[in-house]
Amino acid sequence: MTDQTNATGFDWDGPAFQSQMKKRRRSQIRLKLLGLGAIAIAFLMLMLLIGSLISTGYQAFTQTHLKIEVFLDPEHVDPENPARGNYRQILTDTMKVQFPEVADDRAALRRLTSILSNGAQFTIRDRVVANPGLIGETVQFNVPVSDDYDQLNKGLIDPETPEAHRRLKDDEIANFELLKDRGVVTKPLNTALLTNADSRFPELAGLKGALVGSFYALLTCFLLSFPLGIGAALYLEEFAPRNRFSDLIEININNLAAVPSVVFGLLALAVFLGWFGMPRSAPFVGGMTLALMTLPTIIIATRAALKAVPPSIREAALGVGASKQQVVFGHVLPLAMPGILTGTIIGLAQALGETAPLLLIGMNAFITSAPSTPFDSATALPTQIFIWADSPERGFVSRTSAAILVLLTFLITMNALAIFMRQKFERKW
Amino acid sequence: MTLLAFVILLAAVVIGYVMNLRAARAIRDGGTRMHSLEGFHGGYAALMTLVPTFFLIIVWLLFQDTVITAIVKAGLPAGVLGGKGTGEVQLIMSEIRSIAGGRIFGTPEDWKLEAAEHLVALRELSGWLLVAVTAALASAMMYISRRTVAAEFRARQGVERILHGLMVSCAVVAIFVTIGIVASLLFETIRFFQMVPFWDFVLGTNWEPQIPIREDQVAAEGAFGMLPVFLGTLVIAFIAMFIATPIGLLSAVYLHEFASRRVRGVVKPVLEVLAGVPTVVYGFFAILVIAPAIRSFGDNFGLPIAPNTALAAGSVMGIMLIPFISSFADDALGAVPRSLRDGSLAVGATQAETISKVLFPAAIPGIVGGILLAVSRAIGETMIVVMAAGLIAKMTINPLDSVTTVTVQIVTLLIGDTAFDSPKTLAAFALGMVLFLMTLCINILALRIVRKYREIYD
Repeated sequence: MTDQTNATGFDWDGPAFQSQMKKRRRSQIRLKLLGLGAIAIAFLMLMLLIGSLISTGYQAFTQTHLKIEVFLDPEHVDPENPARGNYRQILTDTMKVQFPEVADDRAALRRLTSILSNGAQFTIRDRVVANPGLIGETVQFNVPVSDDYDQLNKGLIDPETPEAHRRLKDDEIANFELLKDRGVVTKPLNTALLTNADSRFPELAGLKGALVGSFYALLTCFLLSFPLGIGAALYLEEFAPRNRFSDLIEININNLAAVPSVVFGLLALAVFLGWFGMPRSAPFVGGMTLALMTLPTIIIATRAALKAVPPSIREAALGVGASKQQVVFGHVLPLAMPGILTGTIIGLAQALGETAPLLLIGMNAFITSAPSTPFDSATALPTQIFIWADSPERGFVSRTSAAILVLLTFLITMNALAIFMRQKFERKW
Repeated sequence: MTLLAFVILLAAVVIGYVMNLRAARAIRDGGTRMHSLEGFHGGYAALMTLVPTFFLIIVWLLFQDTVITAIVKAGLPAGVLGGKGTGEVQLIMSEIRSIAGGRIFGTPEDWKLEAAEHLVALRELSGWLLVAVTAALASAMMYISRRTVAAEFRARQGVERILHGLMVSCAVVAIFVTIGIVASLLFETIRFFQMVPFWDFVLGTNWEPQIPIREDQVAAEGAFGMLPVFLGTLVIAFIAMFIATPIGLLSAVYLHEFASRRVRGVVKPVLEVLAGVPTVVYGFFAILVIAPAIRSFGDNFGLPIAPNTALAAGSVMGIMLIPFISSFADDALGAVPRSLRDGSLAVGATQAETISKVLFPAAIPGIVGGILLAVSRAIGETMIVVMAAGLIAKMTINPLDSVTTVTVQIVTLLIGDTAFDSPKTLAAFALGMVLFLMTLCINILALRIVRKYREIYD
């Protein structure tokens, strides 16, 4: 053997070969490290994304409240008509009791009252309207404080910064510290985040309208795209003859899957709103738009699921005399159903996060109540995130992050459900 | 009213099904041999009633508003609409509509109140007509299908014909969506080019869509040259691809060639999570974390960085595209026949050499296809740039500057109330047309490349 090697004139053990080998190994390691680095960057970005959302968003899951004793003065509330009472005055009186020393200074009093959220008066009003017997009594209320003080209590406003650079002045902070010392400041779980609709005031803003709107939109999307998608996929996969017409449909579906989402918004704006005169901002119209986008996903997933059913099933059914449609609807479709449902859930999860087309049909309107039907104006979760991200108030930063965490929770749940269904029901032949 | 129509439809379907089923059973029990099972007779009646009536209700609901508005408009006293633009007419019609809905602001003129009453009356009439027509059609179809029940009637074939037709129409919906997209874009784009010359749009270097609303308003004239917008799109897409391509390809290479099964099991889901994050979340991430980070980084070096720098939007878009490119590249590498790889390793090449000299060249068509699809995604991506990129169009390729994109302009032009007769609104549709054509061309090219490549090895 050594003779042969020497015959080529190459020294396999010589320094030239050794250094070449070293170089080759180095380049091997380099590629490996580059790959690892790339994955590390992707990991890092995901961590950074989730980390920044959690670190800003967790603050929004609690809300500073003030426990106050409110005397429901019959002078300001008429028991005959409790809805029209002067609750602002009642609150001012309440603060007067808390800080007797400023009782005569109206400007100072006004600044004190601004510790309370603008919505505090409505909290009291709703309770009084529900129970007019309370008028004339002193009742304990737990009302949210306004955004600036909420930020202060959560440590987001640093009292150490120069007075000119912060939203709250020294005396305001001192007042709040006084209240804190009296133990009336609480920080309970922020249930308003899920039970309130949108508001101009961050401390009152919640996601209810967006959640209901998204639910209606997804429901519409499902009701439209699921039957249409299955019908189209069944035709293309099981019945369509190989001809130009079915080729055309296939090319169409593949192209639709790659059309930018904002173009679907343009289509909805021109056709649904412009030509058919459907209402703006309605979840129903949003759902129709999302259905058009989800359709290709569902068709592609359904076709894959139908393809996975072995031909022996079809042949056996045909062999005992079933018609082509009896085979498909009685045997193939039920067997493919888990795969179809998995694809549908993934398609719906995509639709839930879709924003651009909903913006174009006006689902970014400012609406302070949850829609009661799919035809009312509403926002959706992603568009609500967009609105809040655009709002200048500081409290909306953490609320945007919190809304995103809520959205991501829904998406993860849906995807987990899809994975679970795939593993539990999918059959391998 | 609409609900009542649907209830009538549902009742008719159920009754038709039961009637035909019973009739068919009666014949069978009489000892005659039936061609079709009884269920098919029932199903035939149900489908015969359901399909045409349902279709009628949908068409009715779609066109009801348009027709009623046209009638009310025609019934307005002569002269009140004379000389008014489409926008004003629309405004008047929506005022009439809100009066009809019971929301009266101020004291509208008498003719508006009359028109509102007319509108309410017409709506009521339309509702009752819908119910009447639904009932009539449903019972007619029930009658017709009931007449067909007979021993020799081929009910199964009838049902299958209808179902087949339904499936074909489902498939055709896809074509209609495409037609709808093209038609709506084309229609509005043509109207846009009636107001703004074609070449001014395609070759203009000035984009200032804020045109004056009133005559006396001091504002820019309104310029619609798409080149700066187009350039901004390319700048951001380029930054995104510059980040996503190397990271995506290298991670695919590592996953495909070096990673153990366990590492793959962890990394793949992580990439899938990155791919599943909605774009509005990425947009918020860009303004919350990336843009401030880039700005403070620039401040340290004394670089002037715009608040809406293209770098922030582009790099976040790049992060979004990493999993997209990586999964395409992984698929492409996986589709290279094993024999090529084994052959290369057998003659003594290292793994790295096998990848760079054998696998990569063989997979290049698939990878290029994937990259092209990613480019098309980057161009069409909306939310990240709407939130993180600028609004003002500049002819610049400086990534530190703020640029705008086609999608940003579409969204900002159309957010809020829109009238369909101003060049500002129509410009959005023209941009949409450009976007659609661009992404369509890239997609077709990408699919061609991928398909061609598949033919070599399959």
